[in-house]
Amino acid sequence: MTTLTSASTTKEGALRRFVRHLLYVMTDNPVTAVAFALFVLIVIAALFGPWLVPYNPLATDSSSTLQAPSWQHWFGTDHLGRDVFSRVVVATRLDLMIAVTAVAIAFVVGSTLGAIAGFYGGWTDRITGRLMDTIMAFPLFVLAMGIVAAAGNTIENIIYATAIINLPFYARMARTEVAVRRQAGYVQAARLSGNRDWRILAFQIFPNSLPPMMVQISLNMGWAILNAAGLSFIGLGVSPPTPEWGIMVAEGANYIVSGQWWLAVFPGLALMLAVFTFNLLGDGLRDLVDPLRRT
Amino acid sequence: MAIPLLDIRDLTVEFATRNGTVTAVKKVDISINKGETLGIVGESGSGKSVTSYALLRILDRAGRIADGSIVFGGVDVGGADERTMSELRGREMSMIFQNPRAALNPIRAVGRQIEDVMIQHGLATRGNARGKAIKMLQAVRIRDPEQRYHAYPFELSGGMCQRIVIAIALACRPQLLIADEPTTGLDVTTQKAVMDLIVELAAERQMATLLITHDLGLAACYCDRIVVMEKGEIVESAAVETLFASPQHPYTQRLMRATPRLDSQVADLLPADDERRASTKRQPIGPPLLEVDSLVKAFGSAANEVRAVDNLSFTLHEGESLGLVGESGCGKSTTSAMIMRLLDPTSGALTFAGSDIAVISAKQFAHHPLRSKLQMVFQDPTDSLNPRWSARRSIEDPMRRLDQLNRQELNTRVSVLAERVGLPAHLLDRFPHQLSGGQKARVGIARAIALEPKLLILDEPTAALDVSVQAVVLNLLASLREQLNMSYLFISHDLNVVRLLCDRVMVMQAGKIVEEGPTEKLLSEPSHAYTRALLNAIPHPPAQASSIHSSSAHPPVTAL
Repeated sequence: MTTLTSASTTKEGALRRFVRHLLYVMTDNPVTAVAFALFVLIVIAALFGPWLVPYNPLATDSSSTLQAPSWQHWFGTDHLGRDVFSRVVVATRLDLMIAVTAVAIAFVVGSTLGAIAGFYGGWTDRITGRLMDTIMAFPLFVLAMGIVAAAGNTIENIIYATAIINLPFYARMARTEVAVRRQAGYVQAARLSGNRDWRILAFQIFPNSLPPMMVQISLNMGWAILNAAGLSFIGLGVSPPTPEWGIMVAEGANYIVSGQWWLAVFPGLALMLAVFTFNLLGDGLRDLVDPLRRT
Repeated sequence: MAIPLLDIRDLTVEFATRNGTVTAVKKVDISINKGETLGIVGESGSGKSVTSYALLRILDRAGRIADGSIVFGGVDVGGADERTMSELRGREMSMIFQNPRAALNPIRAVGRQIEDVMIQHGLATRGNARGKAIKMLQAVRIRDPEQRYHAYPFELSGGMCQRIVIAIALACRPQLLIADEPTTGLDVTTQKAVMDLIVELAAERQMATLLITHDLGLAACYCDRIVVMEKGEIVESAAVETLFASPQHPYTQRLMRATPRLDSQVADLLPADDERRASTKRQPIGPPLLEVDSLVKAFGSAANEVRAVDNLSFTLHEGESLGLVGESGCGKSTTSAMIMRLLDPTSGALTFAGSDIAVISAKQFAHHPLRSKLQMVFQDPTDSLNPRWSARRSIEDPMRRLDQLNRQELNTRVSVLAERVGLPAHLLDRFPHQLSGGQKARVGIARAIALEPKLLILDEPTAALDVSVQAVVLNLLASLREQLNMSYLFISHDLNVVRLLCDRVMVMQAGKIVEEGPTEKLLSEPSHAYTRALLNAIPHPPAQASSIHSSSAHPPVTAL
C-alpha cells in the first residue's frame, strides 16, 4: 500500500492514478459502469449523431410514410416518411445542449449565491433564502411555461427557464455545505495564513463542498432533459421540423390510436434512457471527485 | 484456578478492503475472571477496539472473525446465532462507547432509554420500568433522578450523558462491562468521577470490566491486569504491579516512557539515544511581547449577558512559554481566538510587539503585517488541513499570501521547513488522508512556523495524538522554540502536558484566572482549590522501577 502511493505521487502518475481510480469506481459498483457506458453512448450520439445516422433526419419521403420498424428503417418512419431512428439520434444533441447549458447556469449562479449566503449569514442569507423560497413556491413546470410564454418561444428562453427553476436546489445545497465548513479548522488556519474572505470561500470551502453537488448536478441533468422535452411537448420552445424528443413524442401521440406506436415510443425510450443514465451517474460521479475515496 | 468468565483464544479478525485482506487482530488470547478489571492498552490501530467488537459480534460488514474461539460464561460466542447474541448483548455483556452523546438517542428522554433496554430483555414491565429506571439514575449518582428522567441528552453535560450510558449498560446487571475509551473527550475531573463510578459499581455487582484505553496512567489507576497491544498483537500481559515494575517488551517500555509523569522532563519522554530529544538549553527571557489588559468577551444581549472571558490580564515575555489550563467551557479557546485576532473582543487591550492590535478588526488583521508574527497550531491536525490540498500546498499557503517569494524560493523554504519538523520530503505531495496523525501534526506545525512567528499559540496540539507521537511532537515543539526563539502560549486541559513545556502556568475557571505562578511552584503547592482538584484528577502511572534508583516494586496507585 505504502509503496503504491509513494510511487504514484509523481506528476506523470497523476493521469494513471485517475484512470486506476476510475476503473476502481467502475468495478466496485457495476451499476456505475453501466451508467458510464450509457453516458459515453449519449455523448457520442450528441457529438457525431448527424454523421452516424443512415438518413437525413429532415428529408421527407412521401412514398414511405408510417412504415413499421424494419431492417431498412430500424425505428420505422413517421407521417412524412422521415426515418425515426435518425431523428432520435440527431435529437440527442439539442436535448443534451439545452440540459447541460441550463444546469451549468443554474449551478454557477445558484451555488455562488448559496455559498455567499452560507458564508456570510445574516441579511445576505435571509434575502437569498426568501428569494429561493419564492421560486420554490411556484409549481416549477408551470413557472417554466410562464417564463417561456412571456419571454418568447426560443431555445434560449427554454434554457433560461430551466436554469431558473433549478436555481434554488443549488443555492440551498451550497448554502448548507458552506455553512457547515465555515468554522472548520482549515478555514481558521487559512485566516491565519493571511487569506481574505473571498479566497477562503473560493479555494478552501467551495472545492470541499463539491462532491454532494456533483450528485445534484447529475440528477438535475436528467430532470432538465425531461423539462426541456416537456416544454416542447406542449408546443413551447423548439418548433418543428427540428428533431427533438419532446416534439416527436407529441407528434407521435396522435398516431398511437391508429396503431403506429413507433412514432412516440422510440423517442420516449430515448428520453427515458437519458434520464435514467444521469440519475445513475450521480453516485459514481461523487466517488470520482471525492479525494477521500482515492486511496 | 476457576474457569474464567470470558476466554478468548487465538482470535484473528480480518477486514476485506480495497487493497486486499487486512488482519486487524492476530492470534489474541484474553481471559477475564469474574469481578476482575482488565485493561487493554494500545495506540490507535492496535486492534483494541476491534477485539471488543468481535467479542460482541458487532464488527462492520467488511470484518469477520477468521480464526479462534470466544467463550463467554460457557457460551461459544463465535458460533452463536444472532438470537443468542442479542440475548447476550446488553443483558450479559454491555458496552460503554467513546462518545456518550452519539451513543444516546437525541430525541428520546434519557429515562425512557434506560427503560427500553430493561423491557427489551424482559427485566421490567411497562408498569414498573419507570421506578427501575429512576433507581438506575440514582445508582449512577444523578441528582434529582425524578426530574432528570425526562431530560433529553442535549440538556445534559458530557459527564452526565456518560453516566446515563453507564446506567443503560448496567440496567440489566451484566456480568461483563466493556468500556471503550469511556472518558475520552471528558474533562479530567469528570473523567475521575466517571471512572470512580464504574469501578465502584463493578465492585458492588461483582462485575468483570474490560477497560479499553490509550492512556497507560488511567489503566494503571483502575485495572488489576493490563494487556498491551500493538498492531493487532498482544505484546505483553501482566498484573499492574509487575508490568510497571519490570516491563518486558520494548514497546511497553517505550509507551511507559512516553507517558508523562509528575517528575518527567520533556526529553525524558523519548529514549536517551533518540536524536529527536530536545535539549534542555533555554533562551533567556526577554522584554514583554504580549500584554493583555482587562480583556472581556461577552455574548448575548446586554440584559442577558454571558461573559466567556472576564477581565483577563497577563503578560507574556519574549522567549517565554505560558500555559493556560482549564476545563471545557472555561473560556480558554475564546481567549486564544481573541489573541489570534480571529474574534473581536468586547473590551480590553492587546499589546503585541509594541502596538495595540485589539483596535484592528479581525477582518482587517488577515492582511496586517503583524499577522505573520502571530500564528497557531490547532488542536485537531486532521480538521486543520484542507482535505483537497497536498501537504506542500498547505505549508506554502501562508508564504504565498504574506511573503513575496518566487516558485524556486517557495520550494526551498518548504523543504527546509519539512526537514525542520521532521517530515520526510516524499510525503509533501500526499493528501491529509494519506498521512498519519503525527505526520499531519507536523504539517500543521510547519505551516505555523513558515513565517517565523514570534508568538505561537498551541491549542491542545497533542490532544488528538497517541502518547508516543505526543512525545515526539512535544520534543519537536521544545526544540523549535529554541531554534526560532519563539514564545508559546500553550492552551490545554492537561496540566501534566503543559508543565513539560511551560515556564509559567495560569489556571482558568469560568472566564477568570484563579491562579497563576511558575510551573513548579504551582504544581507542588497549589493554593486554589480548583487547581488542587485538577491536579488530583490526573491519573498517573506508578513510578517506574527502572527510571528511579530502586528495584522494589511499587504499590499500584489505585486512586490519586
